[in-house]
Amino acid sequence: MSRQGTRLDQKKVNSELFTLTYGALVSQLMKDYENVDEVNKQLERMGYNIGIRLIEDFLARTGTGRCYDFRDTAEKIQSAFRLYLGISPQIMNWSSSGDEFSLQFDSNPLTEFVELPDHCLNLKYCNVLTGVLKGALEMVQMDIASCFVQDHLKGDPCTELRVKFIKRLEDAIPAGED
Amino acid sequence: MVIYSVYIVSKSGGLIFNHDHNSPKIEVEQAFSYPLNFTLAYEKQRVVVTFGQRDGIVVGHCLVAINGVPVTGKQLDDGRDVFEVLANSENYPINLKFARPKMTTNEKIFLASMFYPLFAMAAQLSPEPKSSGIEMLEADTFKLHCYQTLTGVKFMVVAEPSQAGLDSLLKKMYELYADYALKNPFYSLDMPIRCELFDTNLQVLIEQIERTGITNV
Repeated sequence: MSRQGTRLDQKKVNSELFTLTYGALVSQLMKDYENVDEVNKQLERMGYNIGIRLIEDFLARTGTGRCYDFRDTAEKIQSAFRLYLGISPQIMNWSSSGDEFSLQFDSNPLTEFVELPDHCLNLKYCNVLTGVLKGALEMVQMDIASCFVQDHLKGDPCTELRVKFIKRLEDAIPAGED
Repeated sequence: MVIYSVYIVSKSGGLIFNHDHNSPKIEVEQAFSYPLNFTLAYEKQRVVVTFGQRDGIVVGHCLVAINGVPVTGKQLDDGRDVFEVLANSENYPINLKFARPKMTTNEKIFLASMFYPLFAMAAQLSPEPKSSGIEMLEADTFKLHCYQTLTGVKFMVVAEPSQAGLDSLLKKMYELYADYALKNPFYSLDMPIRCELFDTNLQVLIEQIERTGITNV
């Protein structure tokens, strides 16, 4: 993952390496906590910490402006998935008030070789993504909540991530930016 | 073309990075006989020339050494008081060294936090709604360019008024910040940036902009 024309090395990281590293992380967490809910929470927390840093990279790289509409936000999230994971989830199921949408993943590099064993059916394997979204959007003064409502790993036909807009963090908007 | 210095100010207004790139060092050393034909005063913890500008001694420059002994505040390093030494005619002829005062880190932190409300005030004063804050501040000897990211971090560059390519410098600085500060797992957010990779890459970038006015880093 490096941008074109930089002196950073141009190699794209093999997605399998990423998949396996993430797998190792989740299985280590399962060993450490032995409690699925706790693992879900830890994954989200890690994702949050990644998100608050990753957003700067996204903004610096794409030069994108502020969103004034949640539909804008949805498209930018979609483009971020393309940039960082090489996938384009579909945006669908808008709520009538326009404050909630779903991201539908046909393929998900995080779960490529994964089968969930019976004792962790409650595990939200990709929960790191909900944390990343929350952290990143919080840094651009948007409070959101997200959760997986369908999961390929649990036998659903696709993976669906539901994203809900809660509020704009008005106090945190930097001067000269609102 | 010269870039004098760069600053990064966090969302909360604290200085998290500064780098003095290229400020020419001016030092003058001369022998003087009694009495001195210019006025010195103690201001802001420095002995400063306040009147009587001549021979490269400029109002505003501060005394850094007497007969080769460094001056700190208004004391010589051997413990004597500067003004007592200068008032005593037996000490003459005397060798005085003047230099342009350097900003201390504390002063930089102070100025950085002062820019923060100025920026906010500019946004408020605007006759048009939804104005940005200060993007460029121009004086006769320098221009200050400021770029605020959507997350509220401010990148500032102080450069010669004729220096070109500063907008792209600011954007590239943001990229370097995202790469070398934020992706460093041992850097905690909103804390001063002490990352060597960031320093070296920034140095390369600034030198290139100075030479050519464009970036291809």
